[in-house]
Formats: sequence, structure tokens, C-alpha cells
Amino acid sequence: MAPRPARYSFGGDEHLFVELDEEMSLDAFFKGMAITSAVRDRKIPGITDICPANASYQIRFDPDVIAPGAVLDLLKGIEAELGEAEIELKTRIIEIPVLYNDPWTNETQGRFRDRHQDPSSTDLQYAARINGYGGVDDFVAAHAGAPWFVSMVGFVAGLPFMFQMVERQRQIEVPKYVRPRTDTPKLTIGHGGCFGCIYSVRGAGGYQMFGVTPAPIFDPAQGLPYLRDFMCFFRPGDIVKFKPIDRAAYDSAVAEVEAGRFDLLIRPVDFSLKKFLEDPAAYNQGLTEVLHGH
Amino acid sequence: MAIEVIKPGLATSVQDAGRSGYYHLGIPPSGALDQYSFRAANLLVGNDEGAAVLELTMLGPELAFRRDAVIAVTGAVMTPKLDGVAQACNTALAVKAGQVLSFDFLKGGARAYLAVAGGIDVPVVLGSRSTYGLGAFGGHQGRKLAAGDVLPIGAGTPVRAGRSLDPALQPVLEKAVELRVVPGLYDHRVTRASMEAFYADTWSVAPEADRIGYRYRGGRPLEFVARTQPFGAGSDPSNIVDACYPIGSIQVPAGLEPIVLHRDAVSGGGYMMVGTVISADLDRIGQMQPNHKARFVVVDLAAALAARAERRARLDRLRASLAL
Repeated sequence: MAPRPARYSFGGDEHLFVELDEEMSLDAFFKGMAITSAVRDRKIPGITDICPANASYQIRFDPDVIAPGAVLDLLKGIEAELGEAEIELKTRIIEIPVLYNDPWTNETQGRFRDRHQDPSSTDLQYAARINGYGGVDDFVAAHAGAPWFVSMVGFVAGLPFMFQMVERQRQIEVPKYVRPRTDTPKLTIGHGGCFGCIYSVRGAGGYQMFGVTPAPIFDPAQGLPYLRDFMCFFRPGDIVKFKPIDRAAYDSAVAEVEAGRFDLLIRPVDFSLKKFLEDPAAYNQGLTEVLHGH
Repeated sequence: MAIEVIKPGLATSVQDAGRSGYYHLGIPPSGALDQYSFRAANLLVGNDEGAAVLELTMLGPELAFRRDAVIAVTGAVMTPKLDGVAQACNTALAVKAGQVLSFDFLKGGARAYLAVAGGIDVPVVLGSRSTYGLGAFGGHQGRKLAAGDVLPIGAGTPVRAGRSLDPALQPVLEKAVELRVVPGLYDHRVTRASMEAFYADTWSVAPEADRIGYRYRGGRPLEFVARTQPFGAGSDPSNIVDACYPIGSIQVPAGLEPIVLHRDAVSGGGYMMVGTVISADLDRIGQMQPNHKARFVVVDLAAALAARAERRARLDRLRASLAL
């Protein structure tokens, strides 16, 4: 099947927006990763920001340095060259501990219940029910069971959007709140549409809330070992595996964070889209083994 | 110790030309919303035009100077006062150590720029001194100013007070503006008749207008082209699979109230956008108050580039007129 051609649209005189697919798919995401990394490698003067997103990407440029038409030709050229090339990605897998069903997101849910589709359930109960799970425990097992790709970083500084690496029929899908909340605890594990996220800072939000992680993922002071390179931890293409933890483990992780000693389990990994698509469950099993060094 | 904040004003922050290269991690450009007025303020006091200044919003601060300085206030009409005595806008003013700078009520525009010879000397973060409030970094401690803050001033080339901005080179501040838009992005999701209505209507700035974005109301809601929502996009017809947002892009959540993203933009999300305000008109948005009126006017990319060249020529005239 020939790939669907990308749709190019100028965002004013400084941006070129490129939609690779209307719907979310790993194919579209990987195509965006491949094109944006090719653009980055070419170090073109006048291209200032290169932003891969879920099923699209965006380039910001200075039209006083490079003509918009030249940017368009460059991107179309890279798209054509790429063709059906097999996609391999050198990336890393990270284990993120999560206290599901935690007191802080539950308290916040209570304050904004009038903005929710189902005020009589918690976000977890609601998400479990509409996705066909018998209960919250089964739902959490599915959420933490298969890894997730970081398919975009943004909205606010360092916030990862994540797409779970499972067949479409197993994707968790939930609507956003009917009206967005004005508050979300920092480091909330959220979900909206087919995307998971981790709120990097406290603030407004519309995603359903499932839990919190003790692991800071954005810190301008860069206090923890894994934030020394840059204040935002996540990059598009990272693979995340959630690990459910209990309150005691959460509290001890928070104490480690406060002491500046907390670290994350991070391992390098080579990802092959073709091999993944052949047998996602087996491939994910292999990824989890990489994490735990078997 | 150089400037002490007695009263912070409504939303006063350190800003400069902004930062680039980090939007892919959700970090927006930030920087002065009215880049023209910001540059004029710096040039008046002999600074590099990209030096850090204070951006004053709607209601100015009260500041005590702990050393002699040369300052200039440009942009919104917010008359500066030294020890209570009114001074000229758009003019380099000498301030003596011990004097207090305050501001009269706003008489036009929304944001004034206070440059101090030597620049506001806060640390450079990711290539800029600009404050990014959502990320809580840059500027003075990553936030707008508060009473008791002390701002260091850099070493400047001594400059004479008294120079003024040529009236022909002062920013034009109006209560009703046309904002030129390159249409596109997701406007194919809206019926043609509805897009025509969008561009025909007059929109008012809503109270929710800040450095992240300007919300407008008063026009007709959008009518979407019917479709089955694509996988991952969300159920509202204004939803898309979360994507990047251009600076200046116009998103219309639920098809109701358009929001134009500015220099502290959220970098992406799941709302469709109908087009992008051209770079030459972003300064103008930064000078709009709630209830000011706007019409969105369609232009093509060639017209956007011509407007950009015109703005650059005006900046060149500004630089030439204030060359030391």
C-alpha cells in the first residue's frame, strides 16, 4: 500500500505544519520522527525549531534566512527519500513508578466532579468501565502491563504525551473532562483520547487522572541525576513502562527525591517497528527484559 | 543592589527577545509581546536592542532606584513619574539614586516597556533572560515581580538623557485593529460559509488574555464539516490528534471562542486551528486590552512576507534614528 502523502500547511510566515495522518498510528509517529531527525541532522541555517508530534510535525523557520518555499521543498524531498524505509530507532526505556488511585488526584477529582462525564464514579472507575474492564485493578494491570511510546513532548515544558504499544482494539480511550479543570496535581498520570501523559507541572488540565509518580520529570534547578543533562527529562521516542507501587514505596521515593538521591531505571534499547508489529506482545516482553537486565 | 520593587503592578516581568530551539520540549519563545516597543526602549537608553527590560501590563509597578540610571518607557501610554512628577514617554530619562519611579493610569495600549541602561541583569537561561511563567524559570526567579524583589542592573555604556523617539516611529495604539491571518492548518474542518462569517465578524478581547494567548468573543460559532472523528482525536468536532501549535495560531475549542497563541504559548494540544496571525501583527495583539476589537483578515503568504519586510524596514529606521 502506498503511503498516504503528507499534508503541508504554512502556519503564518514562520511555521510549516505537516500532518502525516489524521488518525493516530505508530506508522505516522515514526515517519514524523524519521523526517524531523533528518531535518535536524542537516543543520539548515534559518530552521529554528523542529517539533515532532503524534501524527504530525512542525518546523519553525526564519523567513529572512530561508524562504518558506525552500523549507517546503526540503521537507517534501525528505519525505520522498524516506519512502518505505524500514524504521529502526536507537532509544531508551525508562521505568516510571506510579501510585495509582492516590489521595491527591482523588481529592482534586472531588473538587471538579461537576465537570466530569460521570460525577458518581472516580476517573479510574469510569475509565475501567467504558473500556470494558471488570474493575479498577484489571484496568491498572492493562495500563501498567504494556509499555508506551513518548509520541510528543509539549503543551507545557517537559510534558510527555504517550501512546501505548498495543493493538488498536486494546488501546485505552477516554474523553477529556467535559470542561477542563483549573487544577491538576504535579506529576499526575493522565489520559485523554488515546493518549497518556504525565503532568510536568501543576496547573489546568482536562485529562482523566489515574495516579501520581514520585519522579520529577521537569526541574529548572536540575537537581536529580537524570535531570543533569537538561531540565526536561523526556524526549519523543522514549519508551516508558509504568510500575505500580504502594504508598510506602511512594513515600520513600519522595524522601529520596527530597534528599537529591532519587534515580530512575533507564536502559538503552534498539526499537524495530517491523519486528514490533509482527508480534507486539512478544516484543514488549523483550523490552521489559531489557529493563530488568535479564 | 539597583532597583527595589515597592509595588509589583499587575503583571510585571523581565523579558527580552526570547529563546528558540526548545519548542519541541514544550518550552515556548517567551520574550516581550510587543517586540518593536521593547527594542525602541533599549535603543533609547543606548542598550543592545535585545537587552532585558521590564514588561509592564495594564498597571505599572512602583520601583525605588538604588543607584543613578538612565531609563526609557515605550509601548503602552503609561506616563512615568519620578518622585511623583510626570515625565515623558518614549524619552531617555535620568534617574538619581534614591528616586522612586511610578506610573500613571494606562491611557492606551496594554504593555509598556521599561528599559534601564545596562539592562536587567538576571541570569541567562537557555539563551534568554525572558520569564517563562508556566515553567517557572527565566527572568527574576521564574515569575512576575513581587514586592521586595531586588533587580540587578548590568554595566551600561553611559548615555545622555533627553533623547526621544521620533513620533513617526512610535508604536500605533488603536482600540480596533485588523489582524492579518494566513488561513490553513485545519480550516478545512469548517464549512466555507462559517469561515466567511468568522472573517466578517468583529471580535472583542475577552478578560482571559495573557502572555500565553488572547481569547476573543462576540463572533458567530464555527460550523464543522460532518465527519467520523479519526482514532485518537477525541470526540468533539473541534478535536484533532494532539499536534504542535504555531505561535500566532488561532484555535477554536468547541468552535466557540478563538484563542490566538502568543509568545508564552502552550506548544501543542488537541484543538483544531483555522490559521495563523502573521508575525508582523503579533506586536499589535500584545497592545490589546480586554474589550478592544479585532477583525481577522485573510492574507496569503506573499502578503505576510511583504508585511514582515515592511516591519523590518521600520525597525531599521528606528535603529538609524537612535544610533549612538
